[in-house]
Amino acid sequence: MATINAPKEVSFQQDAEVLRKACKGWGTDEKAIISVLGHRDAAQRKQIRLAYEELYQEDLIKRLESELSGDFEKAMYRWILDPADRDAVLANVAIRKLSPDHHVIVEIACTRSPEELLAVRKAYQARYKRSLEEDVAAHSKGDTRMARPNRSFYLLVALVTAFRYDGEEINTRLANSEAKILHEAIQDKKFNHEEVIRILTTRSKMQLMATFNRYRDDHGTSITKHLQGDSDDKFLAVLRTAVRCLNDPKKYFEKVLRSSIRRMGTDEDALTRVIVTRAEKDLKDIKELYHKRNSVPLDQAVAKDTSGDYKALLLTLLGKED
Amino acid sequence: MRKGCSKLLCEDEHQFERWNHAVLTNLKAEFKRFKDVVVLSLMHPWERDARLLKKALKKGHEQYNVIVEITCTRSSDQLLGARKAYHSLFDRSIEEDFASHIKGSERKLLVALVSAYRYEGPKVKEDNVRSEAKAFFNAIKNSDKRKVVEDDEVVRILTTRSKLHLKEVYEQYNKLSDKTIIEELEVDLLLKETVECLCTPQTYFTGVFGVALSDDANEDEKKALTRLVATQEGGEMKGVVAKFERRIEEKVKGAYKDVLVGVLAKDGK
Repeated sequence: MATINAPKEVSFQQDAEVLRKACKGWGTDEKAIISVLGHRDAAQRKQIRLAYEELYQEDLIKRLESELSGDFEKAMYRWILDPADRDAVLANVAIRKLSPDHHVIVEIACTRSPEELLAVRKAYQARYKRSLEEDVAAHSKGDTRMARPNRSFYLLVALVTAFRYDGEEINTRLANSEAKILHEAIQDKKFNHEEVIRILTTRSKMQLMATFNRYRDDHGTSITKHLQGDSDDKFLAVLRTAVRCLNDPKKYFEKVLRSSIRRMGTDEDALTRVIVTRAEKDLKDIKELYHKRNSVPLDQAVAKDTSGDYKALLLTLLGKED
Repeated sequence: MRKGCSKLLCEDEHQFERWNHAVLTNLKAEFKRFKDVVVLSLMHPWERDARLLKKALKKGHEQYNVIVEITCTRSSDQLLGARKAYHSLFDRSIEEDFASHIKGSERKLLVALVSAYRYEGPKVKEDNVRSEAKAFFNAIKNSDKRKVVEDDEVVRILTTRSKLHLKEVYEQYNKLSDKTIIEELEVDLLLKETVECLCTPQTYFTGVFGVALSDDANEDEKKALTRLVATQEGGEMKGVVAKFERRIEEKVKGAYKDVLVGVLAKDGK
């Protein structure tokens, strides 16, 4: 369930005026901005942007970019974008890092629905004039002089280009046989990654969950435990992330939040990303999971670890009443 | 009509007039070709492509060229549409069927080709064109040690880059070598066709026409012509058709010929 509180009846013109007033003159009224935008869903935010443009002949996003700064600005920028456009930006940021952040790419590819992922690919092309897969491929090819094929690259490209069947049907026989294939591949020292990649990147999500359940029934532990290994093995790490995201996305997001807050200093990128991308989806369930796991409410942990307008925005998105 | 077609009928041992079997077979074949082109033309393109892909997959290796043709000559949105249609028609994704049925080095290529959603705009990065032409050059140079279709770079480039980018890579390669990429790939037929369809589609269409209209064309080769006629936009192939006008006059007959000429004469849809 979503956490944000967005009123049903909204005047976009009024909102645009409030935002304009907040940005005009000396300084910025961040609280007003949060109080409006933090309580609007994606459709409403889009209308507000259009209203603002019509009233003031200016791009609201550009205005906010120039008025705000730091983690608050980053978070607000991501929040205000359309979900598909936002994911495109997140993916591009991840790809362009000096050491590309493959986990973010996997997260986007595996936790969005098939239609949402297509929308991300379209948004990516519109924004960057290249396809998502060509950028992922070009930036993850690694050292091509190495004799060993770059397994990560195939896995990542296959994940972002997948258009999974999204039906509910499960083929039990197939789940059995593929659970077996996965187990054999993982146990085998040579690790036939091709079959693992095939199964993970092409099967429907329902089918995969059935396969993972079967795996756990057959072997007593979840497949993720068996994928623990060398922390140096980047391919294995990416594979684990994919399995986690496909198997239980809420649990996966809880873990990302937990890690992002626990670190020496907070990983604001990860914290922002999860809260902003899940606030309209399932952040409520993730919060409950967090509370169970950490004995402390997520709001409290976030409030302790962040400050200022950034903190205010996050708490608003987490559902805090003004 | 029966009275006038005495040549087609013959009396058998029971003194019963019946069709000359050979002629009947011929007629069926001719009408089937006509029926095929009509059915293909009338079906929604997405459903049509989904069915064609399924059929090619079932037939196996000798029909993988059809997979290449469809995945490489459709626009990005058309290919996406075919994937959606495949979901509806067969309750599976196209890539899961491909991946589980195709074995060997061609699996990666074909799965990636069907999954692509290529950028279709005008922007091309020159640096990448140069380095990627070089990548092709290296892969081809080392083809005695490793098949070109198994080169990760080649597969990456062919399955992710825009068609405009690929055409420029193709041109750039010609500056590095005396032969074109297509000439170098005589051994790797599937890869050769991939490059043709993506970089020089006119050459591909001409090839199909030429083979189909030759004297010793087999069924599959003739079917390829039907498929092209029914599935390609007229504008794309006008130049090709012009080359074959005389041959079409000579070899193709009846209703099928009318459809052929009519569909191809349309001013690109």
